[in-house]
Amino acid sequence: MIQAVDAAVRDREARVARRPAGRGWAWRRRATPYLFIAPFLAVFAFFLLVPLGYALWLSLHADRLVGGEVFVGLDNATRALHDDAFWAGVRRMALFGVVQIPVMLGLALTFALLLDAGAVHLRRLFRLGFFLPYAVPSVVAALMWGYLYGETFGPIAQLADALGASAPRFLGPGLILFSIANIVTWEYVGYNMIIMYAALQAVPRELYEAAAIDGASGVQTALRVKIPLIAPALVLTTVFSIIGTLQLFNEPQIMTTIAPEVVGSSYTPNLYAYSLAFRNQQVDYSAAISFVLGAVVFVGSYLFMFLTRRRGRA
Amino acid sequence: MRTTMRGRLAAALAVAVVAAVAVAGCGGDNKSTAKGAVTLTLWSWVPDLQQQVDLFTKAHPNIKVQLVNAGQGAAEYTKLRTAFRAGSGAPDVAQIEFQLLPSFRVTGDVVDIAPYGAGAVKADYVDWAWAQVSEGSAVYALPWDSGPMGLLYRSDILAKHGIKVPTTWDEFATAARALHAADPKVYLTNFPPNEGGVITGLAWQAGSRPFEVKGKTSVQVHVDDPGAVRMAQFWDRLISEGVVSTDPDFTDEWYRGLNTGRYATWVTAAWGPVFLSGSAKDTAGKWRAAPLPQWSGGEQVSANWGGSTLAVTKQSKHPKEAAELAIWLMHDPEATKLYTTKQFLFPVLKNLLSSPDFVDQKFDFYGGQQVNHIFSQAAQQVDVAFQWSPFQDFVYSTMNDEFGKAIGGPPSLVDALHAVQQKTTDFAKSQGFEVG
Repeated sequence: MIQAVDAAVRDREARVARRPAGRGWAWRRRATPYLFIAPFLAVFAFFLLVPLGYALWLSLHADRLVGGEVFVGLDNATRALHDDAFWAGVRRMALFGVVQIPVMLGLALTFALLLDAGAVHLRRLFRLGFFLPYAVPSVVAALMWGYLYGETFGPIAQLADALGASAPRFLGPGLILFSIANIVTWEYVGYNMIIMYAALQAVPRELYEAAAIDGASGVQTALRVKIPLIAPALVLTTVFSIIGTLQLFNEPQIMTTIAPEVVGSSYTPNLYAYSLAFRNQQVDYSAAISFVLGAVVFVGSYLFMFLTRRRGRA
Repeated sequence: MRTTMRGRLAAALAVAVVAAVAVAGCGGDNKSTAKGAVTLTLWSWVPDLQQQVDLFTKAHPNIKVQLVNAGQGAAEYTKLRTAFRAGSGAPDVAQIEFQLLPSFRVTGDVVDIAPYGAGAVKADYVDWAWAQVSEGSAVYALPWDSGPMGLLYRSDILAKHGIKVPTTWDEFATAARALHAADPKVYLTNFPPNEGGVITGLAWQAGSRPFEVKGKTSVQVHVDDPGAVRMAQFWDRLISEGVVSTDPDFTDEWYRGLNTGRYATWVTAAWGPVFLSGSAKDTAGKWRAAPLPQWSGGEQVSANWGGSTLAVTKQSKHPKEAAELAIWLMHDPEATKLYTTKQFLFPVLKNLLSSPDFVDQKFDFYGGQQVNHIFSQAAQQVDVAFQWSPFQDFVYSTMNDEFGKAIGGPPSLVDALHAVQQKTTDFAKSQGFEVG
């Protein structure tokens, strides 16, 4: 077998040596990688660049019911920048993120450390259990939680009723943001935990031995060795979470039907863009909103990475 | 799924592209075959429509019909609009609800089928339904079914507390207070903040005429006219007193509410009785139907909530055959009778509304009551002049937002009406309409 491979290699080398090192060959060698990524580039261009370009084109126009389509330049973008409904959604999501992301990632990190420390029996079962909600489609999750939150016939309300108490109004104006945060946390703790757990598994075991020899306790090892070493994974999950928060859609979309008193069509920026395009027929303005939202997401994520990088260097 | 911004946008647009390609595919065989046979595409979400389509093709051997369920209501409209925007892919004939028909007319996406004989059947339909699909001698669709409004009530609950079936809204308010005082777990009715259809219907009955469309470029907006304000003040009072519930309708909680006697009445439309018998099975035999309560004693005014039409689209290459399909499906005696007996659609044809087979039908769910009597009468009491806006999706979505806010917080329903008025006026102007 090995001899056969050797022979093949030798044969190939011989042929390459015989081939004239002409310009055609050099060109071909340089072109080959591009040939291989060409399918990706085609798909990338067709399904991302072209639609993005089209969305940009849309955002520069206004398609009026009377008078048809006209070029309006940056009017839509300017309007988006001054749109209270849009910025109220962005602020709401910022508040949501400031509270929900640390809670979710804190839980994920705790679970990951516990699993990694081997302090848990049935580790696989727990790993799977934590991760399982992520496998539940978020629409299903929102429907399920919507049922649990039900104000009259939900199990929590029923239980409170049986005890003669009244359940908190999970879908009321005071708690709805918390209720959505709870759904999102439930869904994504496992996902983030898996990323962190994988990073922990990649930490060389000798470091733990060294820490143990130095007399570090389990908690000290976790805080001083493990967490600093998986910092890149923490940054990654945070950036994903910031983006995900500003893009929140499915959960509030489901909530608009069961809690229309609180969750309106502009509750989150993404929901707003969707409502504009598909309910109000303002595709052009929706495209402008999407671009402004894209800029907000970019700035938010970049700001976070910039801050963490500086702190990392200090 | 939480995805990245670009991923989301790309995905959304990719879906749109795929959908456009897919619908284009559906309409692709929209051409004459060598034998002169024509194939038409028909979009509708009415269940078991194939039986009527089969009847049609039997009577018209040279026309083939491809029936597609492209989703109900908003789901279908999104696809229709995508196809209209793309310039291809729309069906020849499409189901469109009454309230959306003007929105498709203003963009020129449905065609006048009067030249193909649609005007000849005018006299066979109830006046208000015909008024909704026509303008002068032009006919933009044929009416299919409707939802004249009435009141369904739990006779057992009202009897238990000695409450008479309210015939006026004043009596209704008194009954609401009395019932909730007698049993704090029961509400006389539920006012759904998310249901533009029923809120519009109630305002319609109170004399509101929110829109007046003049030609294609001018619209008058009176969402907060005296009729609507009267209706809103009435419900504001009951809601602030806490004697009616404000659960969103057609949700899990709401269905349970109907099943467990949380609501003693349902303000609904003619399609309500059959719908309710399917979704509140536990309460069979306890419900009855009554006319909608009136604003003044002795009046007989109803309104409409729901109902559809069949329209021919401008993309149809065979408008004559398409019009024939629409007219036949909406007018043929056998086909239209089947709608009332198999699909339980509430008819708009005068002969069906007065046919003993339909009107005298007894429903066990309603203790053997001939509920269609009530609703057939209501069908004659719907004002002819009511108009929808040419941008009704916007109006409904804004109503949802504003009425939702009013239920959840300090603004009143009257405030909500003013807000809808303001936003709708702004929207109409931004869309290039002259707003009176």
